[in-house]
Amino acid sequence: MEPTLDLRAALRDMILARRVDTEAIALQRQGELGLWPSMLGQEGAQVGAGSALRPRDVVFPTYREHAVAWCFGVDPVQLLGLFRGTTMGGWDPAERGFQLYTLVIGAQTLHAVGYAMGIVRDGDVGTGDPDRDRAVLVFLGDGALSEGETNEAFVWAAAQNLPVVFFCQNNQWAISAPFSVQSRVPAAQRASGFGFPGVQVDGNDVAACHAATEQALAQARAGGGPTLIEAVTYRRNPHTTSDDDLRYRDAAENDHWRDLDPVDRLRTALLASGEIDDAFLADVAAEEQELAERLRTGCRALPVPAHDDPFLHTLHTMTPELARQREEHLAFVAAGEEGPA
Amino acid sequence: MSTTTTTTSMTAMAHALNQALRDELDTDAKVLLVGEDIGELGGVFRVTDGLAKDFGPTRVVTSPLGEAGIVGSAIGLAMAGYRPVVEIQFDGFVFPAMNQIVTQLAKYRHRSEGRVSLPVVVRIPVGGGIGAIEHHSESPEAYFAHTPGLRVVCPSTPQEAYTLMRAAIRCEDPVIFLEPKKAYWSKGPVDRAAGAASREQLDRARVAREGDALTIATYGALTATALKAADELAAEGTEVEVIDLRTIAPLDHETVVASVRRTGRLVIAHEASQSGGIGGELAARVQRDAFFELEAPVLRVTGYDTPYPASRLEEEWLPGLDRLLDACDASLAY
Ligand SMILES: Cc1ncc(C[n+]2csc(CCOP(=O)(O)OP(=O)(O)O)c2C)c(N)n1
Repeated sequence: MEPTLDLRAALRDMILARRVDTEAIALQRQGELGLWPSMLGQEGAQVGAGSALRPRDVVFPTYREHAVAWCFGVDPVQLLGLFRGTTMGGWDPAERGFQLYTLVIGAQTLHAVGYAMGIVRDGDVGTGDPDRDRAVLVFLGDGALSEGETNEAFVWAAAQNLPVVFFCQNNQWAISAPFSVQSRVPAAQRASGFGFPGVQVDGNDVAACHAATEQALAQARAGGGPTLIEAVTYRRNPHTTSDDDLRYRDAAENDHWRDLDPVDRLRTALLASGEIDDAFLADVAAEEQELAERLRTGCRALPVPAHDDPFLHTLHTMTPELARQREEHLAFVAAGEEGPA
Repeated sequence: MSTTTTTTSMTAMAHALNQALRDELDTDAKVLLVGEDIGELGGVFRVTDGLAKDFGPTRVVTSPLGEAGIVGSAIGLAMAGYRPVVEIQFDGFVFPAMNQIVTQLAKYRHRSEGRVSLPVVVRIPVGGGIGAIEHHSESPEAYFAHTPGLRVVCPSTPQEAYTLMRAAIRCEDPVIFLEPKKAYWSKGPVDRAAGAASREQLDRARVAREGDALTIATYGALTATALKAADELAAEGTEVEVIDLRTIAPLDHETVVASVRRTGRLVIAHEASQSGGIGGELAARVQRDAFFELEAPVLRVTGYDTPYPASRLEEEWLPGLDRLLDACDASLAY
């Protein structure tokens, strides 16, 4: 199968997604976001995987898949709400099939398995009709490999031959724990023990990540079952804006990976081959400026939910007791707004 | 310069916990710490800061990322004669370990007819009010208190944190040790020479302030809020008694009942949502034991029965000083 990646488009996506990340960090520093998990250095893995998706596929992300969201058409402003504290979700998962971010490590792997079971029951696997066949792409970190739930997901995916692709970004660290704390063997090698293929790719090579994901998704859609992809990459920033990574790793390691930066690498290659020129980069830079502006104003404009929002969305139908609590709360808030008597 | 050495110093709760862990690691070679990121990083709240350096990686273990693994293996370690103190990184991440806690840790003494003790401490940072995102502000205490066989402890000051942690580690029962995040960085005097609280103290509520007009029973970070409420009411001539429950299981309702017998009024405050919460249990016991002394219905000031909200809403959602004062006024108006 010929990979279909348009490298110019991939570079553009990587640059723009990186800008989402850097702007979000700046917004966090300005106090506009409480926290931000940066994906700097993981753009190759994410754009590679994200660009292999088809509209009917479904994505189960963790909390760091900002570039996948970008590729799948999720408004980047919406990614900010969870970290700004204005929402517990931020977008409609049904609209594009990009599920909500998952903060509990590993939990989403089982949801992906269940969704894939649904696809099988719907008969949307192996029909040969590209407009019908679908698959699930679920993201996890190297740390998530240690959770029991992830391993249960592997067992289910194998036992039921499900159309699910596990995309593990091995960015070397789970907060302060190096990969060696989680595993003695490469992540990809684990898959064989569960009975499905595992592939290791250079996570900083967007084309390799794309090719591996495209092939695994095609196989899944065709009824060929699950694959585990291990994209070997590096988290160049601290775990989140609250983390202090110099407590557990040295700067030299970071420098090493900076030299392998996926964006620089592709840009250099495409300039060298003449596929892009300075004008292309200038266009992307202009787009970046617009995007940054949109993020800054969009972030500040994210609506703060009404005080009774949590009450309205706790149950499908509000119970009388919850209705009472809602009234009590609204009265309390209203009294506070009037100020002291 | 004076030569008298004082053992008391102003210390933040996170540091007081660190000192308690250090002192127990020093005292008992069977004590060991296990948890995500507790080694080099010192935990995300730095509670274990420096301990890996001083006690080595076999006594302060950075674990793989798996809560069932952390608690389940601690059970095995305890069976082998060790006293593991494990860290769950945040309140919302204890749930993958719930099976091990509820079906195994809590029950093994009973099943072994008292032959096997599991002296495991499960440390969990809890509670909100710090502007955090999802799963980082929860109050899961009722799940544990509802499980027979577990002790549930929640300190409110650095000194309490220090003595209760040492007692928890020495306790033969499994202890769920809830550390109120909001109180991690507030300082108070800590006397290390006070050592560990006794087992009996571990089961006793603490009268944090005396008064005769009304009783507030609370625990954890809300204790400071209750004391503020008491200050405000004192300025109006109303002396409120504040009881810091300290342990949620076993629940020392006797101390609360004794207080209510004098004051005739009880307001219970906790951050956790109301239905099925600790407040309901305490209210039921107090009305059973002090029905005729009550001048007003027992009132509760708690989180609402909704998921913990997005942080921009938490200030009003959480029970705070104003809601507590409102409840006190309502009780006093009867
Ligand atoms: C069940 C659970 N335990 C602990 C945490 C706290 N925590 C958040 S991220 C993280 C490390 C995750 O590492 P990894 O899976 O490699 O993903 P990465 O952050 O590197 O992308 C931890 C321990 C959590 N979110 N969920």
